[in-house]
Amino acid sequence: MTDAVVVQGLTKRFGETVAVRDVSLTVRSGELFGFIGADGSGKTTLFRVLATLLLPDAGSAQVLGHDVVKELWALRPRLGYMPGKFSLYPDLSVEENLRFFASVFGTSIEREYAQIEPIYVQLEPFKARRAGALSGGMKQKLALCCALVHRPGILFLDEPTTGVDAVSRREFWELLARFKAGGLTIIVSTPYMDEATRCDRVALMQHGRILAIDTPDAITRSFDRPLLAVRPGERYRTLLAIREYPHTHTIYPFGEVLHYTDRRTDLPVQSLQHQLTDYLASRGLPALSAAAIPATIEDSFMAYLGAEETNAA
Amino acid sequence: MSGDVAIRAQELTRTFGSFTAVDHITLDVQVGEIFGFLGANGAGKTTAMRMFIGLLAPSSGMATVAGYDVYTQSEAIKRSIGYMSQRFSLYEDLTIRENIRLYGGIYGLPDRDIRARSEQILARLGMEQSADLQVRAIPLGWRQKLSFSVALLHRPRIIFLDEPTGGVDPITRRQFWELIYQAAADGTTVLVTTHYMDEAEYCDRISIMVAGRIGAMGTPAELKRQFDADSMDEVFVRLARPTTGAGAA
Repeated sequence: MTDAVVVQGLTKRFGETVAVRDVSLTVRSGELFGFIGADGSGKTTLFRVLATLLLPDAGSAQVLGHDVVKELWALRPRLGYMPGKFSLYPDLSVEENLRFFASVFGTSIEREYAQIEPIYVQLEPFKARRAGALSGGMKQKLALCCALVHRPGILFLDEPTTGVDAVSRREFWELLARFKAGGLTIIVSTPYMDEATRCDRVALMQHGRILAIDTPDAITRSFDRPLLAVRPGERYRTLLAIREYPHTHTIYPFGEVLHYTDRRTDLPVQSLQHQLTDYLASRGLPALSAAAIPATIEDSFMAYLGAEETNAA
Repeated sequence: MSGDVAIRAQELTRTFGSFTAVDHITLDVQVGEIFGFLGANGAGKTTAMRMFIGLLAPSSGMATVAGYDVYTQSEAIKRSIGYMSQRFSLYEDLTIRENIRLYGGIYGLPDRDIRARSEQILARLGMEQSADLQVRAIPLGWRQKLSFSVALLHRPRIIFLDEPTGGVDPITRRQFWELIYQAAADGTTVLVTTHYMDEAEYCDRISIMVAGRIGAMGTPAELKRQFDADSMDEVFVRLARPTTGAGAA
């Protein structure tokens, strides 16, 4: 199978700021590939370089076999790009936007109907509505439809689900799964950790660099310490008490529980559990439970972030 | 102070013409509680919050905030609350220290208090060395923590947070939640509106608005049990769309 994207040593600066720092990666044809990172981690800049909208300062990138600098005119008709900011015409109707984007690429809704059908049927009831008057979730679906209407060979979606409610997020990912099943390569960025598990592979980004790149399973398996979910009686006081516990490696609030790792790597998990719960009881803050749990993507991401800071310090 | 009510709404309703944005909602938020006020866009949470903070008069029903009546004592309410939004911006071309001083002045604090509280905030946030940097030059996570601290500058009894932690990395987001825990431990009541369901898991108790009404209310654990769900995301999906199907606008 050929590679859809090959990036080597890519760097992009804006004045003093290095937005993307020596990034190398490969995305295989037909993959659903995710970039996970906070605002400012470099996701959008990397997307813009790959979508031929920005020139890199160093390094190279090929998309669908075309160099993003030298062969941009050959590449552009084959790219679908959905920017993070809603960029359709708010005063045009749903249908007018779609017809416009189709005509720019010399095609029509009718000719491409088979490609866009799964999404078009959801938009059709609102086709006369102005795009600016759609809900957040429907705006994203329309933008996806416009990015697909010229039958691109690869799709770049920059934070398509940011600010969209949970129901619409789920529907959006279900649509992506259908397009992936049709063989389309899809590259998506998101700040939501839980969406990582929907991807074949993900790259975790921070400060313009890739911290890790692998399948979601492999990334969570790389978490190399026992992880305890402490269900506290009093959350904030328990958190502060664990921070004073001499064996604490990391302690993070995690919804209703606290996620704990121990400095010591040579003890069985049962001893870690007993010692921690004994300590909390001695502080007058008995935990309701301290269960060993598998790490999530978010735990792994925080472990990489923590290591990054330790290395930088 | 436990057992005291910070926010009370009974049958609170707001209509706009023939549209009922908030439809007879009833809830009590306890003093020192972290209460998540959730709902999809358009579910009515912004309208409800505008009534709580004294910016919008109800059509019917009653509500008190910090013990003050929303119909007749909105000025007293405004003095008793703090407000922070993702969109509420610090002044980017002022420094960290100047922003704190400016808001201290707006809240009418004496200079001596402003100086003392500025130092406390800078120490608590670890920003002493950066106090003279312009806000435009500091990371998003710092701005969020600073906005939160500034919203607490006048020691309000209740703080309203409108989608406070979007866009930051998971460690920074947790540091922000620790500031919230700390404020709550000091007796400040916290009301967080968000449509990020994973933020809901950090609250003591939450309500989820659906079409102007409160569709569910309880601790995150209670709601997950009630809806037989693993996450608040799942609770929300089951509540907002009991039968899955094509999306509505």
